[in-house]
Amino acid sequence: MAASSRAQVLRLYRALLRESQRFSAYNYRTYAIRRIRDAFRENKNIEDSEKIEELLNKAKENLEVIQRQV
Amino acid sequence: SGRTGDGGGAPRPLYMDVQATTPLDPRVLDSMLPYLTACYGNPHSRTHAYGWESEAAMEKARQQVADLIGADSREIIFTSGATESNNMAIKGVARFYKSRKKHIITTQTEHKCVLDSCRSLETEGFRVTYLPVKRNGLIDLKELEAAFQPDTSLVSVMTVNNEIGVKQPIHDIGEICRARKVFFHTDAAQAIGKIPMDVNNMKIDLMSISGHKIYGPKGVGALYVRRRPRVRLEPLQSGGGQERGLRSGTVPTPLAVGLGAACEVAQQEMEYDHKRISQLAERLVTKIMSEVPDVVMNGDQEHRYPGCINLSFAYVEGESLLMALKDVALSSGSACTSASLEPSYVLRAIGTDEDLAHSSIRFGIGRFTTEEEVDYTVQKCIQHVKRLREMSPLWEMVQDGIDLKSIKWTQH
Repeated sequence: MAASSRAQVLRLYRALLRESQRFSAYNYRTYAIRRIRDAFRENKNIEDSEKIEELLNKAKENLEVIQRQV
Repeated sequence: SGRTGDGGGAPRPLYMDVQATTPLDPRVLDSMLPYLTACYGNPHSRTHAYGWESEAAMEKARQQVADLIGADSREIIFTSGATESNNMAIKGVARFYKSRKKHIITTQTEHKCVLDSCRSLETEGFRVTYLPVKRNGLIDLKELEAAFQPDTSLVSVMTVNNEIGVKQPIHDIGEICRARKVFFHTDAAQAIGKIPMDVNNMKIDLMSISGHKIYGPKGVGALYVRRRPRVRLEPLQSGGGQERGLRSGTVPTPLAVGLGAACEVAQQEMEYDHKRISQLAERLVTKIMSEVPDVVMNGDQEHRYPGCINLSFAYVEGESLLMALKDVALSSGSACTSASLEPSYVLRAIGTDEDLAHSSIRFGIGRFTTEEEVDYTVQKCIQHVKRLREMSPLWEMVQDGIDLKSIKWTQH
């Protein structure tokens, strides 16, 4: 993976986890953190750049969902 | 912890009652927000953008529901929930074909709304066969085949039972019904989004769907009505002819959007959720059964949905155990029958002894359940079962080797 997109992925990952910590409801907070970690782990070996972009876009959308609710 | 309805600072109980209802998934809430705020148009308004955008959202939701079950979006009717869908399917089909068909087949373990719809049809002159279930909660396919009559119009069997979690042999039932050209309806409220459902594969003609069982909003559901071969229904609700004339009334756009989103999220998360929930269920049952003797799991061990676990703790009164587990939200028997102190008719149908039926607790594990919640529940359950048994004279007698069934209780 190109250095810039690796940095991008890590940035998004950290932002997602950070925002998820702000859920006041225990079950939403724990789910978000768990699901984010598992999803990034599951996809960590993807090489195809188109697929990576698609996943990053999905991650960005999910980040916005979380931001609207915390 | 978090805000409680009473405004106090007390932590909320752990939620282990997902068969009763589920929390909204944040992704579902997000999808609904625009339609609860700026985009409030009536989806049936044809003349302006408010209507058009609302209609587009509704149709997108319809497609999302259809995709989850392998149906065409034209076969999805929005309703107020699975109770309405069940009423529509059973009464609607029976009444439409009543000139030539007067018989319906269902099971003794169906949800109250199915049983009650059938009972109400009996007062209209229909005959209903309520199939018994085996001790494991499953129907006997031979008994089903034997129950058909020349004027049977409908068979209704729920996919996953809400009290004990058993999964009926839907594929086989579909085959049997299709071979006899009898419509097959299934109440899939507890099944869709949790196990794969395909209306063509399973030869299902009508299916009831509930929003609030799959992390969607309360107050909305759907009914799948097959178009090929065509299933006709007499509508329950008259009015402006919405939903192909089958269910008049303004479709509540935010709720429909929520249902659609819930279905889409469920489809994406089904494998992940199922794997996790199976692991947590295994953990709960294994830990309890290894620490506490005389615990019975109600319903077949294999043909089940793992997230619904119904256990009977012998020599312990179910209500006392529920009250003792005050930090955990649980139930014994279904929410709809909990006002009465009668033991569950589902447990009676699978042949559970009266006293064991009163000792049953239903544990629900869902998408948001954590390992910590399971461990806490298990720990408290073991603790209180042991404590309640210590206090029980019946338990003392059992420990002394007395056979309780041999006791002659005196009358006072």
